Amino acid sequence: MSFILRRLVFYLVAAWVALTVNFFIPRAMPGNAVQSIMSKFPNLQPATYRALEAMLGVGHPGSIWHQYGSYLVDVFHFDFGTDVSQYPASVSTLLGETIPWTLTLVGSATVIAFLLGTALGIVAGWRHGGSLDRVLPGLMFLQAIPYFFFALILLELFASKFHVFPLGQGYAQGLIPGWHWDFISSAIYHSLLPALTIVLTSVAGWMLQMRNVMITTIGEDYVIAAQAKGLPNHRVVYTYAARNALLPQLQGFGLALGFVVSGALVMEIVFSYPGIGLLLLNAVTSNDYPLMQAIFLVITFAVLLANLVVDMIIVFADPRARAREATS
Amino acid sequence: MTAVLPISAEPAALPQEEVTPGRWRRLPAKAKAGAVLLGLFVLAAIIGPMVTPYDPSFQNPAPDLSLHAPYAAHLLGTTQSGQDVLSQLLVGIRLTLELALLVGMVATALSVIVGVTSAFLGGVWDEVLSLLTNVFLVIPALPLLIVLLGYLQTRGQTATILVLSLLGWPWGARVVRAQTLAIRNRDFVSAARESGEKTWRIIAYEIVPNEVSLIAASFVNTVLYAIGASVALAFIGVTNLNDWSLGTILYWAQSQQALELGAWWWFVPPGLAVALIGAGLVLLNTGIDELGNPRLRDAASASRIAGRWLRPADPTPVLAEISQRRGRLAGFLHSFSRASLLDDSEGGQAR
Repeated sequence: MSFILRRLVFYLVAAWVALTVNFFIPRAMPGNAVQSIMSKFPNLQPATYRALEAMLGVGHPGSIWHQYGSYLVDVFHFDFGTDVSQYPASVSTLLGETIPWTLTLVGSATVIAFLLGTALGIVAGWRHGGSLDRVLPGLMFLQAIPYFFFALILLELFASKFHVFPLGQGYAQGLIPGWHWDFISSAIYHSLLPALTIVLTSVAGWMLQMRNVMITTIGEDYVIAAQAKGLPNHRVVYTYAARNALLPQLQGFGLALGFVVSGALVMEIVFSYPGIGLLLLNAVTSNDYPLMQAIFLVITFAVLLANLVVDMIIVFADPRARAREATS
Repeated sequence: MTAVLPISAEPAALPQEEVTPGRWRRLPAKAKAGAVLLGLFVLAAIIGPMVTPYDPSFQNPAPDLSLHAPYAAHLLGTTQSGQDVLSQLLVGIRLTLELALLVGMVATALSVIVGVTSAFLGGVWDEVLSLLTNVFLVIPALPLLIVLLGYLQTRGQTATILVLSLLGWPWGARVVRAQTLAIRNRDFVSAARESGEKTWRIIAYEIVPNEVSLIAASFVNTVLYAIGASVALAFIGVTNLNDWSLGTILYWAQSQQALELGAWWWFVPPGLAVALIGAGLVLLNTGIDELGNPRLRDAASASRIAGRWLRPADPTPVLAEISQRRGRLAGFLHSFSRASLLDDSEGGQAR
């Protein structure tokens, strides 16, 4: 079995663990979630009550294994039930409206931050002790700032004080979302500050990691040999040192992805950005358990999928891995 | 908090030095700065609640005290309902630090238990525990925390600590396992085993003391994670909003539009406190690394910077993973991990 296939199995196991944890949480927690939902939303229909009971496992209709089976089938069909705070909208519809926003913003900003950080890390590692190293303490401080607080500061400076950027929201009011230039330009304009927040707070981490791995790699014999035989510097840096330092960097990217996404979700709240983060906030404030759980699953699946892509890139980028992939 | 958890994990780096008060001057500058910064906040947490000028929850009804900018009577200004921000901050630092330290202790203990057990049992059990660790590493923690805490009717301090600890151990477990594997077959451990020491004694007196710097680094990182996660959770509102922590101050500031109203004194101090505590922890961690690993210290002084800053994902623990003889089942399980790509065996198959 090839490496990618094995990793796929691993992510399926991880997804199954997440699904199972998600299934048992409402059943293991004390208190009656359905009652608290019903008392908060008096306009819910009795049918919803039964649906909620089935989903949250209160009243236990049928055996627990039966419930578990139908739960897995539902999730497989992207059926996360009916939403309670925005009844009668289905949870899947709400997710479908918000996912594109988050995916575009967080996805592109994270990739930009990673590429930028890696590039800076290569330079900083190659010339360690140079001018780029002098900004490191500052970068470490940036890293210690919570995303959402950094977002607040940027908003205060660039939106409240200088009016360069808008005060949140995904697009200008009055525009109808669609594929026309007015809307797209407005959406891009509104996403600049959130994207800047993600890039500025996470670029330092990628840069530091790449720099450290680069410093280690540069000490390797094959790099010294490459220099000794008179190869030009750029060739030594990019094809010898950086290429090998990229593998742990990519592995780190896969592992840190969950943290980046979590941080970005909270940041969305500050910008009132119409993504999953804001939806999550609404779910929390209105005790909307079905929505909360669906969001957890969606984010987890997205992170798992991204990790699988990272694994593919690793195999593609590393000749050793490629060779093994071909033989096994 | 930031997305990145820096953990130094050089299995080669064993702590041979102890910090004694006389050593203070020889501590790396970064560690000193971090310790001083943290010390200030710990001090604020201890004496702060005793010297608060006002009751943090007291809502001053005077209309001109709503959203008043900082002045002599209210050094950090007031909130919309006339509460004193400085008092809230002093009480909040205590609660946030208290929670973070407790989570750090519980989660680090869990990670040492899992990591050491995994490395010592070896074989199939090791692979199963590693698989579990990897699964919980890859599942994003914050949404799961929100679901877990969302279902609790009472989200007190204890519940938050327990839930945060429950999800805070995998990073530590990973590095502790790698380190334990590296020193498990050292001569002094073999000697102890040959002389008939019991396994728990070997673990408690031979293995764990050799991992002190690693465990300390892991503890510092877990505290960092706990502060970040608890502040983010409180900011979303999944906490007891009647308590004053740094996160709940930010929550109220956000929900009552402090930014739109231009009340920077309301949200900047608590956020800055979180950032400074975080920076202090990062600095301290770099210092611990340099203290335990002379190689890093030399590199640091040579390049005049913070020294190397490794994370669990760094090459050392994975690449340096002792290639073990695995049974059929263990080898099969291992082949599903990302580390199997770097094995010298064929596709990570059982040998």
